Amino acid sequence: MGTITVPIILEKLKEGYDQLEKFDVIVVGGGLAGLAAAYTLAQHDLEVLVLERGDYCGAKNLTGGRLYINPIRNLFPDLWQKAPLERPIVREGVMIMAAEGSLAINYTGADLASEPYQSYSVLRAKFDRWFAREVERQGAAIVTKTRVSDVIIQDGQVCGVRADGEELRADVVIACDGVLSLIAEKAGLRKPGNAKDYAVGVKEVIELEAGLIEERFGLEGNEGAACLFMGAVTKGIFGGGFLYTNQNSLSLGIVVGISDLIASESAVSIPALLEEFKQRPEIARLIKDGTSVEYGAHVIPEGGAAALTRLYGPGILVAGDAAGFAMNIGITVRGMEYAMASGYYAAQAVLKAREKNDYSVQALSSYEALLKESFVMKDFLNFKNAPLALSNPRLYSHYPELINDIMADLYSVPAGQKERLYPTIRKYLNWREMLAMAGDMRKVMKL
Amino acid sequence: MAGNAGDGRRYEKGDETVTDTLGLKAKLGLNVFKPGEYRHINVKPGMEKDPRLKRAVLVCPAGLYSVTQDDKVELTIDGCLECGTCRIACGTDVLDWDYPPGGTGIQYRFG
Repeated sequence: MGTITVPIILEKLKEGYDQLEKFDVIVVGGGLAGLAAAYTLAQHDLEVLVLERGDYCGAKNLTGGRLYINPIRNLFPDLWQKAPLERPIVREGVMIMAAEGSLAINYTGADLASEPYQSYSVLRAKFDRWFAREVERQGAAIVTKTRVSDVIIQDGQVCGVRADGEELRADVVIACDGVLSLIAEKAGLRKPGNAKDYAVGVKEVIELEAGLIEERFGLEGNEGAACLFMGAVTKGIFGGGFLYTNQNSLSLGIVVGISDLIASESAVSIPALLEEFKQRPEIARLIKDGTSVEYGAHVIPEGGAAALTRLYGPGILVAGDAAGFAMNIGITVRGMEYAMASGYYAAQAVLKAREKNDYSVQALSSYEALLKESFVMKDFLNFKNAPLALSNPRLYSHYPELINDIMADLYSVPAGQKERLYPTIRKYLNWREMLAMAGDMRKVMKL
Repeated sequence: MAGNAGDGRRYEKGDETVTDTLGLKAKLGLNVFKPGEYRHINVKPGMEKDPRLKRAVLVCPAGLYSVTQDDKVELTIDGCLECGTCRIACGTDVLDWDYPPGGTGIQYRFG
């Protein structure tokens, strides 16, 4: 959608709005949750209005990022063929960084390297903008450059929103306004977030010739790679680094827990962490000759099941980041599939409520039931201990240093005689260390 | 020039913030940013010296918070990434926080 068409849509909408007493559904926020909800509702011919504060859908959105398709492939069967995905991820990497030195593990296999690919790198400005056009094609109206300031509550029931001084009414409002969800807050479904339940991600998009990307990451053609980094990259603070290959760029960034960052003794700023990460020799040679074209940041919900907001209230549903649907389990960090699925199930709940024209709390509770039957809530309950297991500070400094020390010793060939391998390792793993490890292992086993 | 955050940690005082040396302004300059008519985030009156606000100096990814010579926390809004970190880190007792009006602020081209 170009800038010329936006006022035209607004105008048309206002004309139509005079005749239209209200919309069936107003979706606040044109990110993945909102667009997924609108797409599903419009497919069932409901009058849907999406309000997006950016110049276009995706203008305010940021991902690491990669989208896993399998859990949501069948919820949107017609979507994937033409979607502007960057590269299928055929190579997964983890790098454990010590102050000096690093240990890398790479995995690739037929399961990753053949169709249907399980995940793709994505850039949100591109993907969401395209998705928005598909949503419009299904018949939903999207108005951009419009910030929703409040919900309208009548007799205890949410029945619309206020945006740019206008009152817009609907049977039901779906709040998909992102991680802070000021709309869910105004509807009384949540309080301002607690720092322990959130992380902040910063990222640079670094343009790099496709040929160089393929050469440096050992990729063929359009294949892509993903790598997570832990240890010195966050100076011992809960979090890690990430790198994804896009078609002609790299997404390079860092995620850190906000409460851990506040409490940290090291007092390093987030921009400084990212800059030091870029200067690590392991990273510097991957991004060499690349050009930074964008710098972004976003808060990420990472509190797991315990930090989810109330998912619905009278006349309102909450989906995506707004509800807290993002999850870090150490080796994968996911949000976008949960956003799209929760948007889809919110739409299903609305369709169900519509059958009886009842949008009360009871009627909308089918949303939670649907989520519980789906991978969304099953994952969140299954991994409810993940935040605790991953909060162990030894994971971010002690172990990365330990394993790199062991590696350095194992690989070293001194001038004199070389020590036997087992005693070399045992030197590091004394009884005290082993006991502490067993304790930490008990927490990790909850993952 | 370095100062003390009152909790034993050090931060940079005045205009010479630690982030400037990293070319953070140049990084923010890469972004498409449409200035708004007003500041959408403000320190609540009387809260300028609140220790909770000092957290923002470290956590703001755009380095928009700084501490003045008289120990007040100041905020520049141009370049704000609307990430929400300061709202989460400092809380709504010390910050009046809203998104900028529609069609203004950061407009990611890649995201």
